[in-house]
Order: sequence, then structure tokens, then C-alpha cells
Amino acid sequence: MKRKLEISERIFKVISYTFLCLFALACLYPFLYAVSASISGAHAVDYCEVVLFPKDIQFDAFARMFNDNMFWNSYSNTLFLTFYGTVWALFVAILGAYALSKKRLLFRRAFNFFLVFTMLFSAGLVPQYLNYLATKDVFNSVGITDDKWLVVIAMGMAAMNIILLRNAFEGVPSEIEEAAIVDGATEFQVLRKVYIPMCKSTIATVTLFFALSRWNGYFWARQMISNSNEHPLQVFIRLRLEEYTDPEQMAGWNEIFSSDSVIYALIVCSIVPILIIYPFIQKYFAKGVNAGGVKE
Amino acid sequence: MATKAADFLIYDAAANVYRENPEQIVRDDVEKHAWKHVMLTILKDWRLYVMLVPMLLVFLFWRYLPMYELLGCFKVPDEVKPVAEQYFSGFSYFKSLLVGAEAVDFWRALRNTFLLSFYGLCFGFPMPIILALFFNEIRSNIVRSTCQVLTYLPKFMSTVVMTSLVTMLVKQGALTSGYGIVSQALEALGIISHEAAYNGLLNNPDFFRVIYQVSGVWEGAGYDSIVYFAAIIAISPTSYEAAQIDGAGKMSQMRYVVLPGILSTVVIMLITRIGALLNIGYEKVLLLYNTNTYVTADVVSTFAQRKGIVGGQKGLASAAEMMNNVISMLLVISANTIARKASDTSLY
Repeated sequence: MKRKLEISERIFKVISYTFLCLFALACLYPFLYAVSASISGAHAVDYCEVVLFPKDIQFDAFARMFNDNMFWNSYSNTLFLTFYGTVWALFVAILGAYALSKKRLLFRRAFNFFLVFTMLFSAGLVPQYLNYLATKDVFNSVGITDDKWLVVIAMGMAAMNIILLRNAFEGVPSEIEEAAIVDGATEFQVLRKVYIPMCKSTIATVTLFFALSRWNGYFWARQMISNSNEHPLQVFIRLRLEEYTDPEQMAGWNEIFSSDSVIYALIVCSIVPILIIYPFIQKYFAKGVNAGGVKE
Repeated sequence: MATKAADFLIYDAAANVYRENPEQIVRDDVEKHAWKHVMLTILKDWRLYVMLVPMLLVFLFWRYLPMYELLGCFKVPDEVKPVAEQYFSGFSYFKSLLVGAEAVDFWRALRNTFLLSFYGLCFGFPMPIILALFFNEIRSNIVRSTCQVLTYLPKFMSTVVMTSLVTMLVKQGALTSGYGIVSQALEALGIISHEAAYNGLLNNPDFFRVIYQVSGVWEGAGYDSIVYFAAIIAISPTSYEAAQIDGAGKMSQMRYVVLPGILSTVVIMLITRIGALLNIGYEKVLLLYNTNTYVTADVVSTFAQRKGIVGGQKGLASAAEMMNNVISMLLVISANTIARKASDTSLY
């Protein structure tokens, strides 16, 4: 038997469907527009004749970008930073979180406070900048002249992610660990064979947080990497945006595609990898956000 | 038998004598050789402590050493000497920021920092709750998850991509090109004037806060609704049934079942937001503002970035950030204490 919907209920339903669909479309629209504008002709983009669907389709903006060595360079730099940055961050975070999850660790409260305090108080941009300059000198003096490694090692370690991992490790029943120790497993084996397999989904969540923050990182990469050949994609996009929206630079521009199309094409290229894996990973992010809400 | 003596002596019934409590001997021993004991425990468990080392080093070098650089705000800058050996300059930078030469800009930055987060609290905070309530109304799984996936999407884009899109959508017009598509739409709807649209909304200080908040909602509302939606679906269906049997309509159910169900989540999120009032992301402002919009857009961290990293006045910039971050920390701690008192759950 189906209960007849009341009038107020029905109105509420209609409102929620309409509102949500509009909001979802509004979230999607800028991306659709970017795709359309990146493949539309110069006149159509410059005079905003493109609203949703592309007009005078051309792929020259993409072709120009693909012919640009700097673009591929920045893409490979981003891949480098994302890969090594995520591996390094995971290495540090998993080991640290495992040790912190052990009740028998001496000075456990002090170590936890050491971690949490960085979430409460940050030194700020300028002291951090000065500190990076100083560590850059140290890195140079031991022979690491590649700024990328400094960015990989120094950046993107979030205390929140370590706490997420620590809470997951604390949830593993101690009997399993004891059984492994009785069987003669060392600390590292217990971590590798028991804890990591049992907390797979949290580790996946944290990996994605780290990888996304690396892929999207901009400010420190721009501050710290002096060689423009080593700039990651985000910095490349921003520099192009600054260049192409500068009227003086654009005076001599005379092409079949608009300068805007190049920016849009860049944006499309930078978000395509995320869009491809997004459907598979978004459930982990939802998990992370719910697990991150409440502590201890 | 006196209870105190029992700690030290145990009555051995078989021999009818009191013997020393072996546990107490161990305890005394530990107190006498506390450090030796600590070192032994660490040595026995060395693998656990080795695991901590990379994390401690990373945080020490790139989180705590910058705090030491922060001391520069009390020192006379010197290119050669490290911060510790520089001459003490007293509170000259603080004076200059609060009442001196930089006071106008600094107070403006502090005010903007507060206002940007405060408006974010007023407009950005309710939006995810409304979205979650609406998501709950949609019974069709396909429609709901499609909507959810689409609304989370902007959160995954980088700040650079987001700000580039915003910049392009409201860009200024020129001789050879029209202005941004969103500006055109707003002008057609009569919300903004032709001049404002033509000159570019990002060049107009009146529009900066609106753009900041709207792009904030666009970026974060869907993602932030996850927490509230999880709280709503955790409400037991029997509560709704009971309310229906008592004759509650949709609105009454909303008021007496759903809202009480998510209230604790809302309170925690609200308190967290209040705690973060002075803790504003610098990247987005840095990428969206320009010289025309400093009046409404300049926040403390961008002020510090301009003075310190671009302009080289490191002490002044450190002092500005020091003040902002100390107030911010006090806000976070008090917000957290209130959350703990109010609901037994807290962030830390």
C-alpha cells in the first residue's frame, strides 16, 4: 500500500529535486564551458558566443599546447612530485602513525602533542619561506641541487592524515598482533603483514589525500623551484594565465583560436586525469571526511 | 591489617610471617633508576622508536624550525647572522603595524581576514546543511548519487584551476574581445551594470567578497555536505515512523526528528568554523586579488607575503603573521574546549 503524499511533502520534494539538479549543473557548468571554449574558434570565444556548446570547432589550441615542450615538462614534473611526494609522505606517515598507535610507547602524549600543536599554530608564510631557503642551502651543500627533491621531502606532511591513520591502527584488535608476535614476527613484519592489510581502506584514503594535495600544489612549488624547467603543471597554468591576460603581451596575438582557448585547454588537460579516476576514488574521500570529524 | 602496610608487606599465611611485596621492590627500583629504565625500555623496543624518527624530523625541520624563524619579528634583520644572534629590536615592528606607518594596511588586512571568514560562516556554513537535507529527500538512488558526485567534483580541482576558471568567467572586456560569460549573464539579468561587467568583476573591490564566497560555496558546499548527510542517514527510520503515527507532517518531521538528529554535528562544525575565523587560505586570495582590490581582498597572510617575500621586510611580515596566528590559536583552543564541554567530542 502506498501512502498518499501530502501537499507539503510533495512541494518539498519538488523543491529539493529542482534545487539539487540546478546546483549540480552549476557545479558542472564551468568545466563544460571550459571544454567547449577550448575547442571553439577565436571569434566565438572572444565575443562570448559560446554558451554551452562549442562553435567553429578547432583543435589548434590543443595542438599548440601539445607542441609546447614546457607543457610536457611541467606535466612530467607534476607526475614526479605527485609520485615521489606521495610515496615519501606515506612512508613517514605510516611508520609514525603505527608507533603513535601503540599504548606502550613512552612519551606517547608528548609525541601526540608535538603533532597536534602544528595544527593549532603555524609559523606563517614568511618564516616558512625563510626556513625553506635555509634548508635549500643545506640540501645544496650535501649535493642535492634539484629543487624538486626539496619540495618532495619538505612539503605536504599533514598532521591530520597521520592522526587518521593512527586512529585506524588503534582500531586493530591487539590479539592479532600478539598472535603474530608469538609466531616470531618483528615490529616491521607486524606492521607489514597485519596492520597495513587490515587498514587498507584508511591507507587508500590517506594516499588519495596526499596525492591530490601534491597534484594540486601550487604556492610552495612556485616559491621554491627556481628553474622554470622544473615547474609543475599548476605553476605552468598560472604563469600562462598571467601572460595571456596581460593586454600588452596580447597585442600581437593573431591566430585562428583565441588566447582564452589555450588557457581553457590547459585547464582541461590538468583536470582530465582527476576526472578519469574520480568515479573510483570519491567514496574514499567521503570516508575520510567522516572519519576525520571526531577524535579520541 | 593496616592498608598502608599491605603495599610494602604481604602476609604469608603458610609461614605466618610478613614478607616484602616484590612488586613494591620493583616500583622502588624503577624510581631509583628511572632513566636507566627508560633507556632499557627504549632499547628493548628500539624498532618502534626508529619508526617515529622520520616523522619527528620532518615536523621538526619544516614545522618547528619556522617557528624559530618567527623570532625575527623581535630582531634587527641581518643577512649574515642567524636569527638567534641578531640584535634585539624590541617591539618596533609590532608598534609600526598597530599604530605606526603600516597601521592602515595592517588593520585593513586583519579586518578583511575576519570579514571574509565571517561572511563564509554566514553564507557558506548553512549551504552544506541545506544540501544534505535536500539529498535526504531524494529517494531515487541514481539521481541522488549523480547529484552528489557532481557537487563534490569542484573540491578535487586545484586552487589554480578554480581561480583560473573564475578569472576567465568574469574577465574584463577589451577592444578585441568581449567580457566573461558569467558577467554577461549577470548583466542580462540586470544584477550588475555594463561598466562593472566590462571592467572585469575581479578589478572591482565591491565584488571581491561576493566572488570569494560564491566560488567558496561552488567549491566546498557539496563536499562539506557529506558529514551532515552521514548524520541524517544515521537517524533510525523508526523515529520517522513514530512521528508519522503521531501525525507529524513533513515540516514537523524535519523540525522534531531530523534537526535534533544532526544538531550535535552542526554544533561541532560551527564551533570549528568559529575557531578558524582568522585562519584563511592564502592561496585563493593570492590568486584572485590584484592591486585594484586590496581594499577588500588583502588578508594578513597576503599582506605578509607581499611585505616579506616580495618586499624583503621579513621582520615586519613575521610580526604581522605572529599576531594573526596567536589570536587564531587562542580561538581554535577555546572553540575546541567549548566543543568538548558541550558534546563530549572534540577535534583534538
